[in-house]
Amino acid sequence: MVTRHKMSALLREAPLFQDLDERIVDLLAGCATNVSFDAGEMIYREGEAAKQFYEIRRGDVALEIFVPGRGPVTIETLHEKDVLGWSWLIEPYRWHFEARALTRVSAISFDAICIRGKCESDHELGYELMKRFSKIIVERLQNTRMQLLDVYGHI
Amino acid sequence: MAEKSQVIERDALDDLLKVLREQGYEVIGPTIQESAIVYDRIDGVSDMPVGWTDVQDGGSYRLKKRTDESRFGYVVGPHSWKKFLFPPELRLWRAKRDDAGFKILEEREQTKKYAFIGVRSCELHAIFIQDRVFMGGKHVDPVYKSRREKIFIVAVNCAEAGGTCFCVSMKTGPKAQSGYDLALTEIVERERHYFTVEVGSERGQEVLKELQHREAKHDEISAAEGRTRNASEQMGRTMDINDLKELLYRNYNHERWENVAERCLSCANCTMVCPTCFCTTVEDVTDLTGQYAERLRRWDSCFTIDFSYIHGGSLRKSAKSRYRQWMTHKLATWIDQFGTSGCVGCGRCITWCPVGIDITEEVKAIRESEGGTHGDQT
Amino acid sequence: MGTFEPMVPEAYRVRKVIRELADTYTLELESVSGSPLHYAPGQFNMLYAFGVGEVPISMSGDPSQPHLLTHTVRAVGPVTQAICASGRDSVVGVRGPFGTPWPVEKAVGKDVVIMAGGIGLAPLRPAIYSILQQREKFGKFVLLYGSRAPENILFESELHEWRSRFDTQVNLTVDSASGNWKGNVGVVSTLISSIDVDVSNSLVFLCGPEIMMHFSILELIKRGFSKNQIYLSMERNMKCAIGFCGHCQFGPTFICKEGAVFRFDQIERFFRIKEI
Ligand SMILES: Cc1cc2nc3c(=O)[nH]c(=O)nc-3n(C[C@H](O)[C@H](O)[C@H](O)COP(=O)(O)OP(=O)(O)OC[C@H]3O[C@@H](n4cnc5c(N)ncnc54)[C@H](O)[C@@H]3O)c2cc1C
Ligand code: SF4
Ligand code: SF4
Ligand code: FES
Repeated sequence: MVTRHKMSALLREAPLFQDLDERIVDLLAGCATNVSFDAGEMIYREGEAAKQFYEIRRGDVALEIFVPGRGPVTIETLHEKDVLGWSWLIEPYRWHFEARALTRVSAISFDAICIRGKCESDHELGYELMKRFSKIIVERLQNTRMQLLDVYGHI
Repeated sequence: MAEKSQVIERDALDDLLKVLREQGYEVIGPTIQESAIVYDRIDGVSDMPVGWTDVQDGGSYRLKKRTDESRFGYVVGPHSWKKFLFPPELRLWRAKRDDAGFKILEEREQTKKYAFIGVRSCELHAIFIQDRVFMGGKHVDPVYKSRREKIFIVAVNCAEAGGTCFCVSMKTGPKAQSGYDLALTEIVERERHYFTVEVGSERGQEVLKELQHREAKHDEISAAEGRTRNASEQMGRTMDINDLKELLYRNYNHERWENVAERCLSCANCTMVCPTCFCTTVEDVTDLTGQYAERLRRWDSCFTIDFSYIHGGSLRKSAKSRYRQWMTHKLATWIDQFGTSGCVGCGRCITWCPVGIDITEEVKAIRESEGGTHGDQT
Repeated sequence: MGTFEPMVPEAYRVRKVIRELADTYTLELESVSGSPLHYAPGQFNMLYAFGVGEVPISMSGDPSQPHLLTHTVRAVGPVTQAICASGRDSVVGVRGPFGTPWPVEKAVGKDVVIMAGGIGLAPLRPAIYSILQQREKFGKFVLLYGSRAPENILFESELHEWRSRFDTQVNLTVDSASGNWKGNVGVVSTLISSIDVDVSNSLVFLCGPEIMMHFSILELIKRGFSKNQIYLSMERNMKCAIGFCGHCQFGPTFICKEGAVFRFDQIERFFRIKEI
């Protein structure tokens, strides 16, 4: 177990928490733990309750969906410093995709219930976190739209 | 070279045509065909539209009898000289399959030696512009060049402006300043009908020597000047070219393009009649045996959908984008490409547009929407 | 009419055909007359299929081998299909070289980022060869490549070869993958954040579909590259390649003469104008 103080220091390195008020970082650190996954291990499965999100510290993760007749199709891969998962943020708090470790992965895991509780009681924290997640969500959405364009099919 | 204006009498024009023919030129000049004045081979003044004029406006053209016997009493028609220097269809080469794959067949043809009779000042400028396109870059169009180098140009200074002309705005007329061998100003008076003649080259001088001529008198020179002044003053259309390139560059997304697209039929008439448009397409074909192949070059137009096709679709699908390409090319991008405007103000595109779209009006509309300002708005 | 010299193709014999992908072939050509064709990376030729037609295709081979002309062609229509169907020892016509090169010389002493999407890797391969042949003259060398799916990755074995060099960073990504793909999934612009170069002292060579280049440029700029460090290759219909036919106009430029490789800041003004 890392101390809360050490966890705060780790969080400050992550792009998600860049330039965030120390008070808020400390609050978030209270909901965080270090986790690791072996290559091939499922981090979460489609339909399961989304009880956490992750900040990847090392390793690669594939977001997959099972397509009948095609098997698992990778939608996106995520890497060091990327944030994994936002279904914890939006009702009904269930994963839409599956996340699988491609290599050995170490990550910081955030407890969703803990964080949601803090967001409710501390709106400044809630707003800061929402801003940061919206940015990530919009970037991913833009990338997804580009994938939809199927640009190479059309060169 | 004679520095001073010369004079030839009316009937010496026929002698001029004869001298040129004798010197081996194929003489091309204005004729009447299918109710329009077009350039074609002429054997004498009798083939020319003597005593005719043209009445032109946006989307309309008609010929009318004059009350005099003017030889050049009209302006420009649907054709321009470019069809002789830059033929509408040209075979670029022929090839035959052989052991080494294929062989290009040698072809030799005597280049035609043309004499152009009645080239207007705007048309001379159009030729200068095409010179830059076809001979001014790294690659040279060999057909254009060989024909261009041999032409003998008899220019005519306009005495009356046409209904759609705006050469004064474009600084291309109405008086020919250079680039001709001989330049005529036709003067029809009650008692007398003659031409003043400017000599622009040694060749012009040689030809003039064969004709009965003398130095122009003071009153003849001022009569000629009066004719040119008259044409300038009559000109009904204008185009403000100040900062025009930047005006169009900053207005690629102007709503006026939508407005003109609603009227434009994408018929490509404006590009076909324009004396400077140079776009072509190529067609590769084989004969039935597959042993011979050839490549043809044809005039093309940026108004067709295929013009901008790349795998996946055409890049200029909307009529708006194609009209914008045409007008922006003529008046703006051309300047970056060739150092001159691509428009000489001849008015053909206005006359021959079936719905009378007027390039001068389109520029005005965009300019006025900016409050008629000049200068960069950055 | 005599022959129109600048439009006359020269006969080249097909020495080798390599099937790269389901629809993409590399042809190695040798001039029937035996004369070499010197070119710079990024330039293109007009390739002629006898009686069928002529299309612009970039060189994709090693520019230090002027006797062996290499083109990689994706069969998308009549002419490219005919070219791809040319068997060994058949003959195609060649006119060229045309167009502007990738500024390999300007990149000496700098880090180089090469970024390609789909068939766009083919026009960049001569630049990759040139850089690797004089690797010591450059700083870091990064190659980012995106394709539609793992089975559409062009020059795959060469990419692995380059990746195994200690002096070259190669990052691949595909838009989607199923099966055994262990690599990145996501659009190519997502690779930009991971590269480790001296942003202020580097050049970027970019080639792919226009929309892919657009998004990549946005990311590059976010990453701190300036517009005059980015070079890209543009594509338009081409009928002549010598500045006469007018088809390749892109704003005030003729892509066949002033392109296909442009420095981004020089065309930025026209780049995202719709239907220009
Ligand atoms: C500078 C340049 C370099 C290129 N390099 C390569 C390359 O290395 N490999 C490759 O596979 N392709 C390349 N292309 C694209 C290639 O030229 C087109 O795929 C080809 O013209 C399609 O012709 P087609 O007759 O087979 O197909 P169609 O789609 O039926 O084309 C019909 C006609 O449209 C025109 N046309 C269609 N698509 C294009 C296009 N993308 N660009 C220009 N004109 C087009 C051509 O005149 C063609 O004859 C390049 C294009 C350019 C402009
Ligand atoms: S692009 Fe259009 S306006 Fe320009 S020369 Fe060609 S046909 Fe004429
Ligand atoms: S654009 Fe119109 S007015 Fe200008 S040169 Fe062409 S035809 Fe004449
Ligand atoms: S391809 Fe003909 S002008 Fe560029």
